Amino acid sequence: MSEATGRIRTGFKDLKKIFGGGQSDVRQFGILFSLIAIIALFQFLTHGLTLSSGNLVNLIGEYSYILILAIGMVMVIIAGHIDLSVGSVAAFAGIVVATSMNSWHLPWPLAILVGIGVGVLIGAWQGFWVAYIGVPAFIVTLAGMLIFRGGNQVIGNANTVPVPQGFTVIGAGYLPEIGPNTGYNNLTLLLGLIVAMAVLVKEWRARRVQEGMGTSRAPAWVSILKVVLLDAVVVFATLLFAGGRSGTSFPVSGIILGVLVLLYSFIARNTIFGRHIYAVGGNKLAAELSGVNSRRVNFLVMMNMSILASLAGMIFVARSVASGPQDGLSWELDAIAAVFIGGAAVSGGIGTVTGSIIGGLVMAVLNNGLQLLGVGSDRVQIIKGMVLLVAVGVDVWNKSQGRPSITGFLTRGRNAGVHAPKEPEPTVPAGDSAQPPRPLVTTPH
Amino acid sequence: MAPKHTILEMRSITKEFPGVKALSEVSITVRAAAIHAICGENGAGKSTLMNVLSGVHPAGSFTGDIIFQGEPVHFRDIRSSEAAGIVIIHQELALIPELSITENIFLGNEPTRHGVINWATANRQALELLARVGLDDDPDTQVRHIGVGKQQLVEIAKALSKSVKLLILDEPTAALNEADSQHLLDLIRGLKGKGVSSIMISHKLNEIEQVADSITIIRDGRTIETMDVQAEGVNEDRIIRAMVGRSLESRFPDRNPHIGEVFFEVRDWNVQHPQAAERMVVKNSTITVRRGEIVGLAGLMGAGRTELAMSVFGRSYGNFISGQIFKDGAEIQARNVSEAISQGLAYVSEDRKALGLNLIDDIKRSIVSAKLPKISRGQVVSATKEYQLSDAYRKSLRIKTPSVDYGVRKLSGGNQQKVVLAKWMFTDPDLLILDEPTRGIDVGAKYEIYGIIQALAAQGKGVILISSELPELLGLTDRIYTIFEGAITNCIPTDQADPETLMKSMTSAKKKVQTR
Repeated sequence: MSEATGRIRTGFKDLKKIFGGGQSDVRQFGILFSLIAIIALFQFLTHGLTLSSGNLVNLIGEYSYILILAIGMVMVIIAGHIDLSVGSVAAFAGIVVATSMNSWHLPWPLAILVGIGVGVLIGAWQGFWVAYIGVPAFIVTLAGMLIFRGGNQVIGNANTVPVPQGFTVIGAGYLPEIGPNTGYNNLTLLLGLIVAMAVLVKEWRARRVQEGMGTSRAPAWVSILKVVLLDAVVVFATLLFAGGRSGTSFPVSGIILGVLVLLYSFIARNTIFGRHIYAVGGNKLAAELSGVNSRRVNFLVMMNMSILASLAGMIFVARSVASGPQDGLSWELDAIAAVFIGGAAVSGGIGTVTGSIIGGLVMAVLNNGLQLLGVGSDRVQIIKGMVLLVAVGVDVWNKSQGRPSITGFLTRGRNAGVHAPKEPEPTVPAGDSAQPPRPLVTTPH
Repeated sequence: MAPKHTILEMRSITKEFPGVKALSEVSITVRAAAIHAICGENGAGKSTLMNVLSGVHPAGSFTGDIIFQGEPVHFRDIRSSEAAGIVIIHQELALIPELSITENIFLGNEPTRHGVINWATANRQALELLARVGLDDDPDTQVRHIGVGKQQLVEIAKALSKSVKLLILDEPTAALNEADSQHLLDLIRGLKGKGVSSIMISHKLNEIEQVADSITIIRDGRTIETMDVQAEGVNEDRIIRAMVGRSLESRFPDRNPHIGEVFFEVRDWNVQHPQAAERMVVKNSTITVRRGEIVGLAGLMGAGRTELAMSVFGRSYGNFISGQIFKDGAEIQARNVSEAISQGLAYVSEDRKALGLNLIDDIKRSIVSAKLPKISRGQVVSATKEYQLSDAYRKSLRIKTPSVDYGVRKLSGGNQQKVVLAKWMFTDPDLLILDEPTRGIDVGAKYEIYGIIQALAAQGKGVILISSELPELLGLTDRIYTIFEGAITNCIPTDQADPETLMKSMTSAKKKVQTR
């Protein structure tokens, strides 16, 4: 292979590293391409409506709670479980919070704490059954789905309970207008600037770390291109969000989502607890024999899911200004679909927060785009179902063929190119002096 | 065309997997009504050869010819080889525990009338088949209620129901006790008298000597030689020499042990079976280890070796009843795995894939997984240290991989085992319990792992080595404990030990005077 294509392939590989670097970055890269393709398709079909200010603001507001559920769900699925109760838990937390403000006149910040508390309690309840009694999470949360749906209707008398204006900020609020009139929302511009800077700093630090590890660094142009591309997206999005209809800007729920994504990506990738989740999901027995307390991990993962479900429920209630008996219906399916489209494995041990968010965005853009085109909800469901099946099917099929994924297949050549110089390891004896009687058997890589 | 008295001829079989040539020009000839043994180290290519023969690797995926009963055959899958009369019985039994003996025998081959299973016929035939293999259990018994030995017989009955002409047995006695093994070997001999040929793969050379008519040795995917047992004087040493390509002595690296004081002791250790409370799996066992010493633990399968090791390692097996652990003169507590790790204990499991590794993880994360706080600040794992330290192990243990970013699944067995060893060396243990550390890995990697074990002892660590291979224990250890039915029966310095003495202590409860 020529020098130039070799460099490009190396760069391509490094480019992939931005989007994960975790367990299934190859898969995420593929799904990111799919997301871009779907956005481009709908942008074309809707004559530019998809990437308009109003639609983007609406999209984030409408799907932030599903994406928050996906964050918790991916942790549950990595650990090898599933949570079917999230929709009901969200509805239950929503009605408790709404009632606490409406009937007991709790101030809204306090009500949010009550909502989180409800999530902690429900999570502890479900985590207890899963982790300490050993009932499969499928059963525990199927029970929870019924229990908390019923609980919602008992507390709310199967009626809709309205919430006060102040509370709605977490679901329907936007970054406020402050400062001089620039024609844009100033805080959104500031947020965009911070994100753009963060992208730059992160790349710079990643290069420093690679330098420290002594691993081969991507050429500088790859990093520069990477930052330029990402920041171009950030600037474009910022201007769209900041320049929308007056009164709208970047949604508060989007900020909550962003903070959670950063937090949980960090936990999953860089902390001991995160490692333990992957270990328990990948091989529970091996994890236990390595000193991991798998019960504690399972308990915390299930509990965390319910807390995030409560949060999602509150955001939804705030957005729709009332809590009702049908809130959160079939949310669990959307969240689970997002996680699996995002590259998680049904058997556990594989998945990333970023991947799940991208998977959730694929579903969101699809849903939104089809709605913009005026496709009925009946057909939207059929299309979403097919997308889920095909996305996971392609992945499973590729794995059974011994290939990581379509993109892995397309970029197969670069593996050899990158690693070839390092490959031949001398077959020298182990130990200090002794010679093995014959060369070691070569093993497949 | 093959002569009349030959049932099977495999000629110049070559089979390649991506990146590795598993078989290269292998030829064997099996006579009719004979027992033909195939010997070779793990990874020599025996199983691949049998998979070629039974159609697991379909015709076309290898080169060479198979001539069965005088006709060239091209099997597409197992069904087509079974239709021709070749049945393979795998090491892991393929019976379904919840089904009855009859149901298992006729699984996939049920006698039917008008599309409905005819149980009367099935039961009658099952009784006849069971009589042929010498099993008098009720054919309605669920398979999980009969022992491993009888299950093996059911497997053979199942093969007979398919009117087998050539039976392939892969390690048929590996899980059986002496009496069951003997019964099985007699049965195979009996079948020979009735015209059923067998190909037998076994590591138990004494059994091969006993029943085989001819022996083919395979090494590194090549036929080394074929011996005729009657015509030539064949003994175990000769087979081993042909298998490993050198005599026993050079299978182990040289070593000058520097043995210090006793620093570790398990005293009066008693453990109950996790489900059956009336069964004690470890009884009053006491074991001491000196610094720099490699202590062997010899016992037959099920004798309680692994149970003892795992229960010491953070009580990860069975119900702990009583016993104490002393390290450096003081009693220590290791009530769970993380306590055991922080007390400087390490346990390398016999089952690398199920208990040793998370196979979907990559090398670097596997190596650091048992002691993450070592490379973490607070709760945050340092990616830099993770890479650097695991890469250092890659270099020092010669783990054959381009980078520690690779997944452990892609490694060969020997290299996976090195990753497991690295994982436990990373925890800075004082005492390592290695349970069958060379199971299922090739000769070259074995030699390297022996080197690693010796290097650990040379650093002043204590090593307890559990192994089913007596030569390995004799070649590597300084002292050997024998265990039988959960109790320590003997302790012999290795330079005074020989296979016969060890085997005697491994099979009887009579306790000799303990030598220290």
